[in-house]
Amino acid sequence: MAATWDGLAEGTKAESRSFGPLTRTDFVRYQGASGDFNPIHHDEEFAKSAGFPTVFSVGMLQAGILATFATDWLGAENVRRFAVQFREQVWPGDTLVCSGEVVKRYEEDGERKVDLELSCDREGGGTAIRGSATFVVA
Amino acid sequence: MADKSAIGSTDEPFEMVVDRSKIREFARATKSQNPAYVDDPEPVSEPTFLMSSAFWAPAGSSLFAKVGLDLRRILHGGQEFVFHGPPPAAGAKLTVTPRIEDIYEKEGKRGGTMTFVVTVQEFRDEKGNLVAESRSTVIETGRAPQKEG
Repeated sequence: MAATWDGLAEGTKAESRSFGPLTRTDFVRYQGASGDFNPIHHDEEFAKSAGFPTVFSVGMLQAGILATFATDWLGAENVRRFAVQFREQVWPGDTLVCSGEVVKRYEEDGERKVDLELSCDREGGGTAIRGSATFVVA
Repeated sequence: MADKSAIGSTDEPFEMVVDRSKIREFARATKSQNPAYVDDPEPVSEPTFLMSSAFWAPAGSSLFAKVGLDLRRILHGGQEFVFHGPPPAAGAKLTVTPRIEDIYEKEGKRGGTMTFVVTVQEFRDEKGNLVAESRSTVIETGRAPQKEG
């Protein structure tokens, strides 16, 4: 269940969580959901013709997974901001590890809020996404 | 080279209806089993759900055409969603207005000028209240992208 105000002091970390390994089917399922049908994420020949060894994930898929991690932690209704910056590409077979930390806890406009720093890392690799978010806390 | 006179350009507003099936589909696609998305009869949408406005945008509308980017050299640098309250829930009828917010250049670390184009979609409810914004940063690289979102 969503964490409480007292349990979200600055510096509090969520338990990190693994997703995957990701498959080409995961890429396609996300492309179908979002409507982004860039062939570089599902068409092997197209990806190779563009100079890549194979297809790679849609950045917004791993962003969505990081959002899943955050909303499971602090509640789907409570998100007020969610932002990502893309770093490394994510490839078929990658397992993603999501982590997050409260970096600011404050009251604003009569609401209690926390700002988070989030990260989505490739197991055995580098950072796929750096994220940040704001949630209201009941 | 990007056309900076495109800053402030808008596309025609279009309608988007937040649909419960699409929320469930998005939950599955983003590996969420949160009952708030899956079991609630009027679920809120996921933090990145508004990407699916692509299904509602009129065919052929593209602010990028106004900027003049080379589509072979663009990559997704970042994305931000801001919600002025809980995220839009199933049944919400939204009006989406796309706008170019900024265009700027930076020198790349390995040579070549990178052009950053920031586009925003504003989402308003039936009363005209701004309920959410989706802000996308697209980068045109000086050479073929080695990273892509």
